[in-house]
Formats: sequence, structure tokens, C-alpha cells
Amino acid sequence: MNAAVILFPGSNREGDVARALRQATGRAPTIVWHAETALPPGVDLVVLPGGFSYGDYLRCGAIAGRAPIMDAVRAHAARGGLVLGICNGFQILCEGGLLPGVLMRNRDLRFICKMQHLRVERADTRFTTAYGSGDVVKVAIAHGEGNYETDEDTLKRIEGEGRVAFRYCDAAGVVGGAANPNGSTNDIAGVYSEKFNVLGLMPHPENLIDPLVGGIDGRGMFASLAAA
Amino acid sequence: MKARVTVTLKGGVLDPQGKAIEGALRSLGVAGVASVRQGKVFDIELDSADRAAAEAALKQACEKLLANTVVENYRVDIS
Repeated sequence: MNAAVILFPGSNREGDVARALRQATGRAPTIVWHAETALPPGVDLVVLPGGFSYGDYLRCGAIAGRAPIMDAVRAHAARGGLVLGICNGFQILCEGGLLPGVLMRNRDLRFICKMQHLRVERADTRFTTAYGSGDVVKVAIAHGEGNYETDEDTLKRIEGEGRVAFRYCDAAGVVGGAANPNGSTNDIAGVYSEKFNVLGLMPHPENLIDPLVGGIDGRGMFASLAAA
Repeated sequence: MKARVTVTLKGGVLDPQGKAIEGALRSLGVAGVASVRQGKVFDIELDSADRAAAEAALKQACEKLLANTVVENYRVDIS
């Protein structure tokens, strides 16, 4: 598994995700500056890390979604290559046209930074084989704009095609109500592309890979990708 | 040539910022405010003196970057 992590001005979780990838694959990812126009040869997985690219100017992820490297990322995805966008990376994927929908301001207008339970909706994609379908995992969330919105037709299509990757839930795996931290439509925390090779999610699995910092529930995603 | 682009949220899209401003106006005692929706304004200066070219460039700017047309509408006014 050869991974590349794209670095935008204002990214700040690239080190975390690089560590998670190194732990799972035994190999450090290449860090690629956003102004590049090509990915390193032989890249299997492109990761857009969390942070505040371009200071969240205009809309979260809007300017990064149109950065020079993004044409290469779109071409990689069109070839069936793996793309993972975490938090700001998810926002960039939506703004860059790689995933449907948009991440709006949290329902309660607050930046939320806490531990959150998620339900793994399916365990048969290259991002989730190390989990079980319906598993409840506990990972960190840290965002001000994580409220997933889309038009009704798109929502129907996403749900109908089983493209919801994770939903916010409580410790028992029950979704809805107070378990939804940000008002996200249908409690959506993560979404796949049509071919299930692109995943965007607001939570931070890369921060839960070491018992020292409170849990290892995030390891499954990187173990899945390492085996993909 | 100067232009003003106004970007607003589409109807039906939840606007928590607008709601918060609405609540603040109410708590300030500003009477008669039924609802508030927040948007963005861009004042743009154009090199071109050709109105049609300017319109085309601004439309491109809106579609490509200034508005996320999933949830936002835009309006272009050229002065």
C-alpha cells in the first residue's frame, strides 16, 4: 500500500494520519504539496487530512477543492484509486466534486471537540473490512462545519445505494436524537462515492490508534486499507 | 467595470447563523424581525469594458468558486 497525503496551507492533521498509515502499512506515506500537479507514481491511496485549509475562507474546503493537485486526485479516483478525506478532507472532497453534498455549520453553531460513537454501516468496502457491519466504534470529532446536507434526490440515491459509511450513534448503536452532534442529515458521518473507492468522513479515526490516547477504534480503517 | 455578486442560501437550507442573528436582534429589542438569512457579498472589479464578456466571466466565477450551487444561489449585478 503506497499512500500519499496531500498537504494544503492550513492542514494540521497530516502528521496524525501519516502515523496511522505507517503503523498499519509499515511504510511512511509521501507528503504531497497542494501546488503539485501530479501524484507520485504508484500511489494506491490519496489522503486529504484534517485542518483548516486556506483558513476556511469562502467555505470550508472550497479553495482547496480547486487546488492544482486536485485534478490529479480526481483522475486517480476516476481510475478507481482509493481516496480518503478526513474532516476538512471530507469538506474538500465535497467541494471538489468527488462526493455529493456539502458540510454546513453545526446545528448549534459551536465547534464540537469530543469523543463520539459511530455505527459502521457496512464492512465490505476497502475502508472497513477490519470492522463488522453494525459495529459501534468510539472516535474523536473536532469540527465546526460537519452538518451534512444534500438535496432530497441525492439523499435518496446515497441511501438507496448503501453509500452511507458511518452514522453518529450512542454507545448502544442507536442513531438519532441527542446522539447526532451536529444536525447532520440522517445522522450521516461519512459517505462513499458511487464506486466505493472514495470515502469522506468528519470523525478522526487517525487519532484513535494508540491506547495511550484513549482508544484504538480507529485502527480498523487503516488496517482495512493496508489489506486492500 | 464593477460588479457585485451576492450569494445566498437556497430556500429550505437550514441557516443556523441566520437563526442566531435573528435571536440576537430579538434580544436587542429590535421589533418586527420575522426572519434572517445570512449571505455573502463580493465586490469585483473587472478589466473588461465589454459587458457580455464580464457577465460570462462572472457567471464562471460563481459556478466554479464563489457559490456552492448545491446549497447556494447567486446574483450578479454589473454597474
